[in-house]
Amino acid sequence: MPKDIDAKERGIGAATKRREDVRFLTGTGNYTDDINVNGQAYVFFLRSDMAHGRITSLDTAAAAEMPGVLRIFTGKDFEGVGGLPCGWQVTDRFGEVMQEPAHPVLAQGKVRHVGDPIAAVVAETLEQARDAAEAIELDIEELPAVIDMKAALEDGAPKVHDDLTSNLCYDWGFVEENKEAVTKAFEEAAHVTTLELVNNRLIANPMEPRVAVGDFNRATGDSTLYTTSQNPHVIRLLMGAFVLGIPEHKLRVVAPDVGGGFGTKIFHYAEEAFCTFAAKALNRAVKWTASRSEAFMSDAHGRDHVTKIELALDADNNFTALRTDTYANMGAYLSTFAPSVPTWLHGTLMAGNYKTPLIYVNVKAVFTNTVPVDAYRGAGRPEATFQLERVIDKAALELGVDPIALRRQNFITEFPYATPVAVEYDTGDYVATMDKLEEVADLAGFAARRAESEKAGKLRGLGVNCYIEACGIAPSQLVGQLGARAGLYESATVRVNATGGIVVMTGSHSHGQGHETSFPQVISEMIGIPEDMIEIEHGDTANTPMGMGTYGSRSLAVGGSAMVKATEKIIAKAKKIAAHLMEASDADVELKDGQFSIAGTDKSVAWGDVTLAAYVPHNYPLEEIEPGLEETAFYDPSNFTYPSGAYACEVEVDPETGKVSIERFAAADDFGNIVNPMIVDGQVHGGIGQGIGQALLEGCVYDEDGQLLSASFMDYAMPRADDVPFYQVDHSCQTPCTHNPLGVKGCGEAGAIGSPPAVVNAVVNALRSAGKDVTHIDMPLSPARVWAAMQG
Amino acid sequence: MTKVSMTVNGKAASGEVEGRTLLSAFLRETLGLTGTHVGCDTSQCGACVVHVDGRAVKSCTMLALEAEGAEVATIEGQAAPDGTLNAIQAAFQEHHGLQCGFCTPGMVMSAAALLKENPKPTEAEIRHYLEGNLCRCTGYHNIVKAILAASGQDVSAIAAE
Repeated sequence: MPKDIDAKERGIGAATKRREDVRFLTGTGNYTDDINVNGQAYVFFLRSDMAHGRITSLDTAAAAEMPGVLRIFTGKDFEGVGGLPCGWQVTDRFGEVMQEPAHPVLAQGKVRHVGDPIAAVVAETLEQARDAAEAIELDIEELPAVIDMKAALEDGAPKVHDDLTSNLCYDWGFVEENKEAVTKAFEEAAHVTTLELVNNRLIANPMEPRVAVGDFNRATGDSTLYTTSQNPHVIRLLMGAFVLGIPEHKLRVVAPDVGGGFGTKIFHYAEEAFCTFAAKALNRAVKWTASRSEAFMSDAHGRDHVTKIELALDADNNFTALRTDTYANMGAYLSTFAPSVPTWLHGTLMAGNYKTPLIYVNVKAVFTNTVPVDAYRGAGRPEATFQLERVIDKAALELGVDPIALRRQNFITEFPYATPVAVEYDTGDYVATMDKLEEVADLAGFAARRAESEKAGKLRGLGVNCYIEACGIAPSQLVGQLGARAGLYESATVRVNATGGIVVMTGSHSHGQGHETSFPQVISEMIGIPEDMIEIEHGDTANTPMGMGTYGSRSLAVGGSAMVKATEKIIAKAKKIAAHLMEASDADVELKDGQFSIAGTDKSVAWGDVTLAAYVPHNYPLEEIEPGLEETAFYDPSNFTYPSGAYACEVEVDPETGKVSIERFAAADDFGNIVNPMIVDGQVHGGIGQGIGQALLEGCVYDEDGQLLSASFMDYAMPRADDVPFYQVDHSCQTPCTHNPLGVKGCGEAGAIGSPPAVVNAVVNALRSAGKDVTHIDMPLSPARVWAAMQG
Repeated sequence: MTKVSMTVNGKAASGEVEGRTLLSAFLRETLGLTGTHVGCDTSQCGACVVHVDGRAVKSCTMLALEAEGAEVATIEGQAAPDGTLNAIQAAFQEHHGLQCGFCTPGMVMSAAALLKENPKPTEAEIRHYLEGNLCRCTGYHNIVKAILAASGQDVSAIAAE
């Protein structure tokens, strides 16, 4: 990072140490499972162990007599209750809306994936609930399951939902009007590169499993839900309005310290609705804590695309057209934002960093007897980036040209740039990030490092790729036209206290991102007071304005912008008060370092004098302005932000075993302006870690009967400390976003988007260095797959 | 139910437990020491690591009754009584070795055990030792860096935190 930024001690650009660390380092955090409500009962869910079946009998009578059991709930108890809603309706390429099946809280007659909840036992203790669940008499007639997406679309395939016409959720074309022109461009191409690939199904696995505690206040009739959520207001709206029929003013949702989210804690889950419902029914708090095994079969999964991508080039190696066909797995039900992921968060990114003039994307979303699939870190953008950056590397191989040069030749270089897939990039400098990558990754030294590896009997490969992503999804009016059933603004209330301290109540939610540290830096910069005079409140619908929460790298770009807008209102009002105190015009008042002054005079009043006057308005312009100093703003962005970058991975492959080790990993990102470079680096590190996990280790596996084989940390391999190296990350290339007040772009997902193709490109490069005719290996690149590829 | 007694963070602690009660559950639910976290059910994640008689133990794999009479140390006992962070905790904050904080208690307790048996570990030794502690947020970069720093080694040459 540049020295001047590194050296800054406070405000925007300072590497302020995180204040939230102290409670996490001393064991005094307050995660949902740490919350216990007086008199709470515990729920255990009896879940389906079959992928597809019809419930022929469900007898809970004996179980209900077991010690400690308060009540056993089944689907019957939820017949008059709404199902879990889907928040995005996609319209297909024929103008029809997607097929949208019901998603009951507890199974109604049928089970559709292993883990589908059938009954819920509420008892005095968890052990009693679990024991009683074993005494439930359940018969399920097993039905043939559909697991493979293409098989699910064949005529006569078993239907996941009997009331739908098929297992096809939608057949989406984008941009449909371009289709013929794209076909023509392929006919005229000098070269076409085709690649078929799988974007492997993943499980986000935040370290904290999901938890829900429902509570009911008999005196007021109010319900409260404590839950592991990235967006408590969204849960309040979806659960209150669509599932349980509780208006917002009678429902409070609290997401306290949350132990990681990565997308999987965006969605509204059955267990949340159940605990809220049961607390009211039993007049007792009801707590559910997922075991990790339960998390594997109830948390929404991610990715799971099967894609064919074709790239057309002219005789000069310019990209002339791109065409992709993707099958996207929805699982058994539509999770909250599932339909948007393979469409608007994927198709719109297919231009990448390149000026390909014609693009056509087809996506068939498919129901299968698997856990629902929804957004996971990057959500659609990693899938777009992976296929694009892999097909470019393959084209470079086929054409015998340098893959970096081929990318550079096709870079978008002028901004704003309107892509053929409906988005307009405001800023970027892809040449600069690639130049920076070459420096940070020391690409010039690769040949020498390869020679060293070869001396040691290892194959060394280099993989480079670019990425672009779209963050801070917006504006609300546009996403509404695209099918979103929600707005995508963010909110903030800035409350200045009499003695000058500030509390910001934000609709954003921090579950590792460090908002409690970075958000005060922004206000400190604007007002000139110390960061420790500013506190951030988040996560409780009772004391924060309606907000959309944290996902899609949106917090600072959207939530931070709302906070800036509210702070601007505060400053404008404070200047009026200061002007009154100094007997001057507010137009002449300047605010610097927490002091208001009148230019050209020695008059000044301190921040604290003004805030005190606002609440003790003895000498105050009451005829002109109200007392108090508190402002709220909602910010609805006019466009996405477009972070971008270039990544390089160097691997060593053991030719005897196929084992891949990541030797070097470098990232050059352009996130626009940076508020806290330390936190930004950490976000990139974490994203790269997850991307390496996807590329080398992680893969959710179902057998053909729909049994989830990778259902524990014993079976689902996640990166451990010795699977990864230190990373070289750089974000000194900064082209600020032009349409938000901070000029920020978002950094939370970049690492996970940019890193998988770099790893695969590197492994292919390593194998080819040994003369192996390998052009692609599907992730995860396990030793078995790499070794098999080497055998030809 | 059986009575179990032990010393936790230097203080006598006891409670009634079932035979099947895990040490992690005893610490969290009976003693209210919720800094010890449970992130899995297969002893893989390491969020529940505590010290029992000076050795790092996954408290989800040990019965509370097995800790009868033992000296148990948890994350809550690591800082000084006035709240001053110990060297490992301070290094984790200084080098941004945590994000969501859920794996952090286990990481700190494992790091303490490592530095006790190997005061100046290499990067490779740290990475190997942490094999039983999963983190999903940091990509391990700043955790490894923080432990190197806590052991008094120069980390200025390692890429920015």
